[in-house]
Amino acid sequence: MNFETIIGLEVHAQLLTKSKMFCRCSADYASAPPNTHVCPVCLGMPGVLPTINQQAVEYTIMTALALSCTVPDYTKFDRKNYPYPDLMKGYQISQSDAPFGHRGWLTIETNGEKKRIGIANVHLEEDVAKLIHRISPDGESYSLVDVNRSGVPLMEIVGEPDLRSPEEARQYLMKLRSILRYLGVSTANMEEGSFRCDANISIRPENSSAPLAKVEVKNMNSFKAVYRALEYEAKRQRRIALEGKKLSQETRGWVEEKGITVAQRSKEYAHDYRYFPEPDLPPLVLNREWVKEIGSKLPELPEARRDRFVAEYNLPPYDANLLTSSKAMADYFEACLKTGVPHSLSSAKRAKMVSNWLSGEFSRLLNATNTEIDNSKVSPEQLCLLLDLVHKASISGTSAKLMFKEMFNSGKLADDIIAQQGLSQISDTGVIEREVMAAIRNNAQAVTDYKAGKRQSLKFLVGQVMRATRGRANPRLVNELLEEKLEEG
Amino acid sequence: MKLSREEVLHIAQLARLGLTETEVDRLSEQLSDILENFEVLQQVDTSDVPPTAQSIPLQNVTKGDEAAASLPQSQILANAPRRDGEFFRVKAVLE
Repeated sequence: MNFETIIGLEVHAQLLTKSKMFCRCSADYASAPPNTHVCPVCLGMPGVLPTINQQAVEYTIMTALALSCTVPDYTKFDRKNYPYPDLMKGYQISQSDAPFGHRGWLTIETNGEKKRIGIANVHLEEDVAKLIHRISPDGESYSLVDVNRSGVPLMEIVGEPDLRSPEEARQYLMKLRSILRYLGVSTANMEEGSFRCDANISIRPENSSAPLAKVEVKNMNSFKAVYRALEYEAKRQRRIALEGKKLSQETRGWVEEKGITVAQRSKEYAHDYRYFPEPDLPPLVLNREWVKEIGSKLPELPEARRDRFVAEYNLPPYDANLLTSSKAMADYFEACLKTGVPHSLSSAKRAKMVSNWLSGEFSRLLNATNTEIDNSKVSPEQLCLLLDLVHKASISGTSAKLMFKEMFNSGKLADDIIAQQGLSQISDTGVIEREVMAAIRNNAQAVTDYKAGKRQSLKFLVGQVMRATRGRANPRLVNELLEEKLEEG
Repeated sequence: MKLSREEVLHIAQLARLGLTETEVDRLSEQLSDILENFEVLQQVDTSDVPPTAQSIPLQNVTKGDEAAASLPQSQILANAPRRDGEFFRVKAVLE
């Protein structure tokens, strides 16, 4: 029997505000000592009055609009009650039935086909305190509470179950992260916890309209973890269904080290959140003009920028896609083009050259060192100077890569490295001739083979000369001189 | 409308309250009385009145996004029933 996989994702993103959602404590708690960004509002002390952060509201509306959601005239906050020590008040201020945005979508691309994924709603709530689980020497387990994170604005984006594979889920997450970063509303970093994802996954027999049991998967802390956990779940559910057993509707946690999901201990009773309108927060009436103004100020989003890159710089769509999937990368690319270097190239050729370097050597080093491009030591101007040297054939491609690595690691300037390491290309025929003669002398077999008609041997000899000059010899001259000398000899 | 014993125990559990048998009986009656009073209120015809969650006519009360000083850690932890260094300490939570 064949099954279809059905996935819906819920994403939580911390908003990049200066202060918390309902008080004036700083929301920038990452490097703060525990319990130092806390006030009576964060602690839920009796008699305190929360106040809505205007910037968080604006960021949420921006996101809702960017995801093509309808933003209603009226919205309000609700109390979601549940007893858990990460909630100081015994409830979380959230939204139940009047979110900031609903019924939107975003577009993903898999196998070259565009697909629209529905967004059920975008709503705003507060983050909860951080719990650190410990076991005492006598075996008692307990938790430590750090309230710094509690009250940081948290936006939830609830996706429709429109995803049909773990790969589509990955594409959806990457697209959503990219949009949030373009908007500048969140750092959207999964490893740092400012972008979190829970998944609902079920399978549906081919000839049935009803999916089998819906399973919620939690504890996925990276894009890779989401992909792996969903792959695992899709397989596990199929296996159980094919064995004729019944799948249970449950919450499962992803265990990274073992690469499996395990059933989480079910709570004693089903969730009973008893939502009710937050009496401390008056409702919000969203002025149409204001919402329109926010919409008109939205920055250029990834898809629009990709299309512009294709139209404006004549880039292949593949290149434009790679460059614009990250805002920082796209910004860097445009900063390079602004320098106008190398001048002698047409703007389309220049764009392609820069694009090749960014998606090639540059990306490789960024990935290897886990660096974001906006933190790189190589400025767009320096990269373009290097490309200029390559273009003028002052240095060979091999030298350029070595030089770039040095610039990337040390932050040195291109000119300084050339001066220091003598990386400039050798076009002095006298020097090259000497090396060519040495190569012919030292590789008698290759010379014989060449004369017997084996063209491959020429390449070998060129390689010997390049090696002796540490990649600096002008390859065209080496080829010419070698052929000439071999003919003579 | 009479609240059952199970309903009272469920509400107590949600509020994390431990009740004695006498309290369960007493609260069962008192909570039922409260609900009966609401049943009286429900007889009022409100079909022309829009629903509201507010009793005061306020809307759009927000603050600008500026951070201000928090309380000192010592004050934050001063009321902790149990403290462990820079943290509140609580019983283990089972997921």
